[in-house]
Amino acid sequence: MDEIASTFSSLLPARAGVGFKPAHFDAILADPSSIGFFEIHAENYMGAGGPPHRSLGRLRQDHPLSIHGVGLSIGSSEPIDKRQLERLRGLCDRYEPASVSEHLAWSTYGGVYFNDLLPLPYDRDTLKRVIEKVDAVQSFLGRQILLENPATYLSFAQSEISEPEFLDEIAVRSGCGLLLDVENIYVTATNKGFDAAEQLSRFAFAHVREIHLAGHFETRDAAGERFLLDAHCAPVVEAVWALYEQTLSRTGPVATLIEWDNETPEWAALSHEAQRAQSALDGVSRRAA
Amino acid sequence: MWDSAQAQFAAALLDTSLAAPSSLICEKGAIGDRFDVYRNSVIGGLVRALATRFPAVERLVGEAFFAAMAREFVLRRPPTSAALLEYGEDFPDFVASFPPAKELPYLSDVARLEDARVRAYHAADVEPLSPQSLALVSPDRLAELTFDIHPSAFVLRSDHPMVTIWSMNAGEAEAGTLDHWAAEDALVTRPRLRVETRRLAPGGAIFLRRLAAGAEFGEAVSAATAEQPAFDLAAALVEALASGFFTAFRGDT
Amino acid sequence: MDRRSFNLALVGSLTTALTLLSSAAPAEEDGKEKCYGVALKGQNDCAAGPGTTCAGSSKIDYQGNAWKYVPRGTCASIKTPFGNGSLEALKRRT
Repeated sequence: MDEIASTFSSLLPARAGVGFKPAHFDAILADPSSIGFFEIHAENYMGAGGPPHRSLGRLRQDHPLSIHGVGLSIGSSEPIDKRQLERLRGLCDRYEPASVSEHLAWSTYGGVYFNDLLPLPYDRDTLKRVIEKVDAVQSFLGRQILLENPATYLSFAQSEISEPEFLDEIAVRSGCGLLLDVENIYVTATNKGFDAAEQLSRFAFAHVREIHLAGHFETRDAAGERFLLDAHCAPVVEAVWALYEQTLSRTGPVATLIEWDNETPEWAALSHEAQRAQSALDGVSRRAA
Repeated sequence: MWDSAQAQFAAALLDTSLAAPSSLICEKGAIGDRFDVYRNSVIGGLVRALATRFPAVERLVGEAFFAAMAREFVLRRPPTSAALLEYGEDFPDFVASFPPAKELPYLSDVARLEDARVRAYHAADVEPLSPQSLALVSPDRLAELTFDIHPSAFVLRSDHPMVTIWSMNAGEAEAGTLDHWAAEDALVTRPRLRVETRRLAPGGAIFLRRLAAGAEFGEAVSAATAEQPAFDLAAALVEALASGFFTAFRGDT
Repeated sequence: MDRRSFNLALVGSLTTALTLLSSAAPAEEDGKEKCYGVALKGQNDCAAGPGTTCAGSSKIDYQGNAWKYVPRGTCASIKTPFGNGSLEALKRRT
């Protein structure tokens, strides 16, 4: 497995990247070397043409690209939607991305697309199905994909395996890589009353090929307790930066993405977040040297 | 089994009369509240996607009305594909049949125009026909020409001042009272990067629709003139050629 | 109109159109990089979001309260042949 993983592992540089927003296009072109890579949501580029493809094509001339899907519904009990998979392959053929990733979640059931990353039970039966599906996706695309740990607000009574073990098993048996979303670990741990650092320490770091960082929306639940929404609408909080340092000490330098999808900030604010991640990456490289 | 638990989860997301699925547990907080987070994200997110696609409609009716109308649409016709850039193509039909919007008979036409603009935005990229290439066609061949139409082109007809109302609510024209009530037809295209919206003079829509259906040039002119004796062919050609409506022609040899 | 005069009329209109087009402002120039990032007004990248959004925090009222179904936007300023704005029309009905 390790041999396969290293042969087909992600080609993303171990640098800081950001999610691409059209509003930032001019600023990016003015300073193209400041960002290591860009990530897009696959489904936003499933139209035939127009400005989205024109911008992305131009961006791709200067930068490695990560295609991040939200619509394959890998955690569903139903088979993968072949049409969705074909559209994803079309995008991969068009842009030759350095990395393709998806989520340990589901978004489609019974022909309805819910536009959300929904939770699944962590039991043996579901594990087997997820592995089969990741395998099918990788075979169809002819490449390794990365699978991301989700932010969850609820659990299933039937779950019998911890999330880190579940993901490790998927990676080992399907040969996929993992996308470690540090923000999701923090959100899930806070909302469920776990210790985030302890949860993170059990992650299968050997399989991590990309890291996500994001900001959340903080509110209070009915009992007055802190409740976090993985809303990607704010800067990364200090507690998550600390978890990120903890991660890098285990993984070494890994491609790191700042996700800021809602309440799109000025380029300066997003770029500042990316620079902070880059400094952390540089620090790890120096220590290793 | 995951199959039945997922079926229950999916059903409860869009049917707010159902309780949270019994398969769920929550280490902290109330299960119903936590499940509502998913429910709110799904419904609220899709309502927001519709508001993004139909900003002028939202402006016309206000946020609260739009959200209520969009929510009913989401619950009845949720998306069937993850490519959300296609979601809402049948929203204009829903608006037309939505009883509380009955007093605004032009609303669904404004929605159709906005929908066409989004489709044009994402349509395939094709270089429009250069107007001057038509100057080389032999005069006795002109009537038999047929045209390939740009994939981003949409011809829309309305019994209402659809284009004027849309432009006043899309920041394209000064908002003001509308004293002159007349039917308006529109031509939407994206010749290169920008989506363009034109108001067509009488007969223009018939002319362009006939050409899009494969009719010969002369035949389309006759059809437009038959329905609108005042049809101005030169003006219609200016709109068609300037908008990039054609990509190629055949029948000149 | 016979075929010959019809063809002549077509040629005349085409010539007029081409003359008008050549004297009009040049079409949008393509290839300029600043045009690449253009987004349709209101059409940004948020269509397919990451899943949970800020919407998840709001207490969505699933009840279709009657007041929500009264249009309260710019439509009120539009004089229609069907009534002077929708609000008036709705009031008359109740």
